[in-house]
Amino acid sequence: MRPFQYTRAQDVPTALKRREANPNAQFLAGGTNLLDLMKEDVERPDELIDISRLSLSQIKTIASGPNAGGVSIGGLGKNTDAANHPLVRQNYPLLSQAILAGASGQLRNMATNGGNLLQRTRCPYFYDVSMPCNKRAPGTGCGALEGINRMHAIFGWSEQCVAVYPSDMAVALAALDAVVKVQGAEGPERAIPFADFHRLPESTPEKDTNLNAGELITALELPKNQFAAHSYYLKVRDRASYAFALVSVAVGLELNKNRITRARIALGGVAHKPWRAYRAEELLVGKEATEVHFVAAAAAEMAEAKPLAHNGFKVELGRRSIVRALHMALNEGKS
Amino acid sequence: MMEENEAPQLTEDEKKLFEDLMPEDLDEILDTGVNRRHFLKLLTLTGGGLLAYQAAAAEQVLTRPLSLPPEALPPSTLENAVDLSLRINGTSQKLTVDSRMTLLDTLRERLGLTGSKKGCDHGQCGACTVLVDGRRVLSCLTLAASCEGQSVKTIEGIAQGNTLHPMQQAFLKHDGFQCGFCTPGQICSAVAVLDEAQKGEASYVTGPVRLKAGAKPSPVRLSEEEIRERMSGNLCRCGAYPNIVAAIREVQSGKPVEQTWNFVG
Ligand SMILES: Cc1cc2nc3c(=O)[nH]c(=O)nc-3n(C[C@H](O)[C@H](O)[C@H](O)COP(=O)(O)OP(=O)(O)OC[C@H]3O[C@@H](n4cnc5c(N)ncnc54)[C@H](O)[C@@H]3O)c2cc1C
Ligand code: FES
Ligand code: FES
Repeated sequence: MRPFQYTRAQDVPTALKRREANPNAQFLAGGTNLLDLMKEDVERPDELIDISRLSLSQIKTIASGPNAGGVSIGGLGKNTDAANHPLVRQNYPLLSQAILAGASGQLRNMATNGGNLLQRTRCPYFYDVSMPCNKRAPGTGCGALEGINRMHAIFGWSEQCVAVYPSDMAVALAALDAVVKVQGAEGPERAIPFADFHRLPESTPEKDTNLNAGELITALELPKNQFAAHSYYLKVRDRASYAFALVSVAVGLELNKNRITRARIALGGVAHKPWRAYRAEELLVGKEATEVHFVAAAAAEMAEAKPLAHNGFKVELGRRSIVRALHMALNEGKS
Repeated sequence: MMEENEAPQLTEDEKKLFEDLMPEDLDEILDTGVNRRHFLKLLTLTGGGLLAYQAAAAEQVLTRPLSLPPEALPPSTLENAVDLSLRINGTSQKLTVDSRMTLLDTLRERLGLTGSKKGCDHGQCGACTVLVDGRRVLSCLTLAASCEGQSVKTIEGIAQGNTLHPMQQAFLKHDGFQCGFCTPGQICSAVAVLDEAQKGEASYVTGPVRLKAGAKPSPVRLSEEEIRERMSGNLCRCGAYPNIVAAIREVQSGKPVEQTWNFVG
């Protein structure tokens, strides 16, 4: 690991000022992604600003504003605490499940809610500094495009980058239409709708998100909804636990009797950002919650997939996973 | 690695302990030579409830650092030095570390606490698991500098004096290890799992995680499936998993548990 200066931030304004003063500094939250990448020489900050002690970990009901009645989750709270908080388990069990599907107990005790959203791809070409990778070293090419790409994207990729985004938590946040609250050194707090937070690679895969340099994620806001009774996070992976998703599906349904009045579906493991299955959602609204409609919606969504040489299996896997997750959501997670 | 027939010398403490445990074999063993690893193996075989007390005493002897912890290292020349004070296994420590030092390297290289193991150094195996402020974390992805003022417990601090923690006893009884490399991490993790289950923390396999309005989490009974999921961050290259699961079930239920295993279907 390269040498760096360690600074512990006492409050938010000092953290932001310090970060603004040094463009080569990075915030350190749980460190589970950043330190790993520093050991691999992928990330090379010359200063770490430790933000883990900032008092931004509260979970509470939102009193006013556009998301009043929803729940706000502090950006520096731990993943374990978000997954287990009664307000989250009562109103957004989908988010609890998605967090619990990720990493391990030890890692979730360390990982923060803001850091989780900003974790970087697990693409092996990104991790290996001797390989070409436009995300790590713009202009060097994409090693995975013509290389080993079994784990890579089937939606939204470009010739510049076929990496997938690894977070499970973010897939649930996409389905729940979360809002990311961010604060820079100057100006007021910004609110970024979740669909606009992460980016597709296009010609600038080095930019994972639309967060500006030096901005801090202060909170995630979950708008009020009625999905709690019918939601499910399904994660399919190479081993039963402690592995990144091949494909994952977050589903939330609102029903009137057995008729679907609102549907939210997001996919993980298939694109450079959580992939909202808008097409499938549209097809489901107004329909009976039955197998035939689930199959039609899943097929329509996956028809748009563009698999690479080694990941054609993700198309059929995705189709079946959507159908399965819809059934699980319908039955409140009882298989 | 040390050959079996090398380093036959036992320390005086070890001889004494061995004599207490198996007086009739001591002379023979001193004649034919035995190394510390051999000794440890024998102690493990004699482990379990009956000899737990002696085994604990043995552990005190065997985990004592071979050389004194190098507190005396001159810190003055460090680039990016960070002054640090924290508690480790109940003792306050003041250290100056390079900002890059992980908690794992600090424990092992600076404090001589080599129980916590470095398996992968990338958060992928759990061998470095310790408890910080009561919660299990990976010490290989934790900067020592970020532990200022915190309280760290390692495998060396899990027993109460000479009395093994029930989880340590259960690992001995159920042979929850083979080579033992992953064991300190497994035991620290398992101790935390009991606490998490007691607090009602859910796992990915905990039925519906949804709570009714106003409800609070209630303690989780650890089925085999729950234990496997909750312990999935601790890999065991020797595949002692069925024994580890049995040990944890026994400690949580307080009742003797038969080992069960089958091929993954
Ligand atoms: C072995 C292993 C397995 C894993 N498996 C999974 C898995 O299955 N599913 C999954 O979803 N994840 C998985 N993870 C990833 C893990 O969830 C992330 O590493 C973690 O969520 C990152 O959070 P952190 O707080 O540790 O971030 P850090 O490592 O501290 O930070 C990550 C990045 O975010 C920036 N940052 C952090 N907080 C803020 C903030 N508030 N504002 C602005 N910038 C910030 C940092 O500067 C850094 O660039 C795994 C990780 C490991 C090591
Ligand atoms: S050494 Fe820390 S997880 Fe492997
Ligand atoms: S006992 Fe050998 S790795 Fe677990």
